[in-house]
Amino acid sequence: MDNTIDIKDRIAAMEPSAVWSDAGDGMFRVPVSSFRGLAEKLHNEGFDFLRSLTGIDWGEDGLGCVYHLENTATGENIVLGTADPDRENACLPSVHDLWKGANFNEREAYDFFGIKFIGHPDLRRFFLRDDWKGYPLRKDYDMSLNPLNMENEGNEDMAPSYEMTSDGSYILKRHPLFDDQEYVINIGPQHPATHGVLRFRVSLEGETIKKIDVHSGYIHRGIEKLCESCTYPQTLGFTDRLDYLGAMQNRHALCACIEKAMGLEVSERIQYIRTIMDELQRIDSHLLFIACLCQDMGALEVFFLGFRDREKVLDILEQTTGGRLIQTYNTIGGVQADIHPEFVKKTKEFIRYMRPKLKEYDDIFTGNIIARNRLIGTGVLSREDAISFGATGGTGRASGWACDVRKRHPYAMYGKVDFKEITFTEGDCFARYMVRIKEIEQSLNIIEQLIDNIPDGEYQMKVKPVIKLPAGSWYTAVEGSRGEFGVFLESRGDKSPYRLKFRSTGLPLVSCIDTIARDAKIADLIAIGGTLDYVVPDIDR
Amino acid sequence: MKRNVNIKSMKYEDFNDNEYIEQMLKELRENGTNVIIGCLDDVIEWGRSNSLWPLTFATSCCGIEFMAIGAARYDFARFGFEVARSSPRQADFIMVAGTITHKMAPVLKRLYDQMADPKYVIATGGCAISGGPFKKSYHVVDGVDKIIPVDVYIPGCPPRPEAMLYGLMQLQRKVKAQRFLGGLNKGISEKEYERRLREDTNKVEDYREYDESGMA
Repeated sequence: MDNTIDIKDRIAAMEPSAVWSDAGDGMFRVPVSSFRGLAEKLHNEGFDFLRSLTGIDWGEDGLGCVYHLENTATGENIVLGTADPDRENACLPSVHDLWKGANFNEREAYDFFGIKFIGHPDLRRFFLRDDWKGYPLRKDYDMSLNPLNMENEGNEDMAPSYEMTSDGSYILKRHPLFDDQEYVINIGPQHPATHGVLRFRVSLEGETIKKIDVHSGYIHRGIEKLCESCTYPQTLGFTDRLDYLGAMQNRHALCACIEKAMGLEVSERIQYIRTIMDELQRIDSHLLFIACLCQDMGALEVFFLGFRDREKVLDILEQTTGGRLIQTYNTIGGVQADIHPEFVKKTKEFIRYMRPKLKEYDDIFTGNIIARNRLIGTGVLSREDAISFGATGGTGRASGWACDVRKRHPYAMYGKVDFKEITFTEGDCFARYMVRIKEIEQSLNIIEQLIDNIPDGEYQMKVKPVIKLPAGSWYTAVEGSRGEFGVFLESRGDKSPYRLKFRSTGLPLVSCIDTIARDAKIADLIAIGGTLDYVVPDIDR
Repeated sequence: MKRNVNIKSMKYEDFNDNEYIEQMLKELRENGTNVIIGCLDDVIEWGRSNSLWPLTFATSCCGIEFMAIGAARYDFARFGFEVARSSPRQADFIMVAGTITHKMAPVLKRLYDQMADPKYVIATGGCAISGGPFKKSYHVVDGVDKIIPVDVYIPGCPPRPEAMLYGLMQLQRKVKAQRFLGGLNKGISEKEYERRLREDTNKVEDYREYDESGMA
């Protein structure tokens, strides 16, 4: 963060009680009482993108949240932290009206830490069952509280919210989610078109969608809590299993974050290899996206074509890393193994093979009249909403928001290669589909520029077997296959992280589904869900 | 950094096709079988084992590999598995592909209960077998065999498509020997099974009062 000094002065002018703490990336610690005012001021100044919202159990300092904000116009970043020392009744002001993306993130923080967000309209649990006891990510959570419960889950029909009264206390209110007369159908968790175990409760009027209530958590594995008891090298394995179609990039993000905290610079060769691998992974993911979207819409042939080409990428990855889907390739300070002697040759062959195939997809599917009728004009996400929800990746770029982390905060070799950031302005399903098709081409361009120039050097830097990070907090983001994948790491100087949060790429994407699918037809929900391209294990973590 | 990672694995020659079920069948048949019923059974079981329909059920990573064996290169249509059904009523077996969490466990049980007999379960990948890397988590079921009876385990994280095909073929072998293994390989007695069949497994407490016409 280059412009910290300037921001420091501005924050001091805005809110004198904010304290700058220097450990790691640094953040402003704000007292709860003045947090809401500062957030409003920053929002008005143009900090319109809430990159990440992380709940933290700060022990004696209480329960709190860390907010990563970005000004999309100027590219400035700012980190705010606030905590309520009253552990029993931790309350923070909600910011869901400033950044729409805060809605689900605050529900997540409530679910994990029991922080009550005053003013939040719908503070139900998000991942865990309504009858779950305790808050699992608190440090004092008792693991034996919740044995396996095989009773079918009931559904809360009333949304609780906490509202501030004039004397400073708060009251619990309940609002019905659906009216008695509303016709509500259930989609998922076992449904072929939800791309995993996601569940929607959809209120219909005829065929028109009136409201969608998203239920998540059917694949919530508690990875963030598990990481707190693992050493740093052990935490790496979980990242591959978050968004398994972005396994390389996820692991890259965590390795880069730990390397940043260690102050370790990796060699150029490692940077080259990581960049090429990330792009191969992106091609793999986008091919799967096309395959699955077409299958959902009834074009089974494209499913086979997508998988045929995807296998070629997997072959290349497997030869070097030994893994097909989950490669476990990046390590702290390098990569697991040097590239295979045939890697360069095979990758070049693949590039030559892939370019004409893109035309084939165009011929078969893009121009298809049924596909065009179903995709063009449905599920429009406006640019403002995309930023407010934090819907990054292809979805944001289809709405005209240039949100590519590779361009915003270049990492690895992305600052030195020449590629175009694909943006559309329509924001509909068709634009989201086209972004991915065009991005495959750009990824091929990036690989082409790097593949012949991989410099000599070591593929693994010298790293101690037991890694201890200094106290502090860091945030690193990479452009995952479907958006900004961020890692927030808080260390207390131990050999395992104090708090490790993964900014899910998919959570903002499902949080905007209610907005964009309203007044669409129920059949369009499949196209909308397909083009949003979320991976459910990445949402649930 | 020099690393001496030595992974001890099975020698290729030691890996024989697992045919113990067929061996067992041969021994059982040595005394001869009923000419009509025995042959009819064989034909029926041959037919059933070669048209097993899977339920499209996937929770995480293994699901993508499950899709891969459905696609062109691995193509499980060669063995009669291609008719993947989205409804449990029409499926013969469920391939539990991925982690089963506490929230998902009742749903999985319900899906299994909704399937028509005879039905089979394959536990795919470390998570479904034992909880895998997430075993210590507060929200993960350590093995689906705690909830539903499992016929075949396919280890791996995720298993390679070849491993999945092998596991599916093991299931076929098991189906072929159904007559000897018993109709219901459920780990419970037939009586208990009957009782559970009649019980309403999807009980949801409903506080609304109904009048005689059944309207709320």
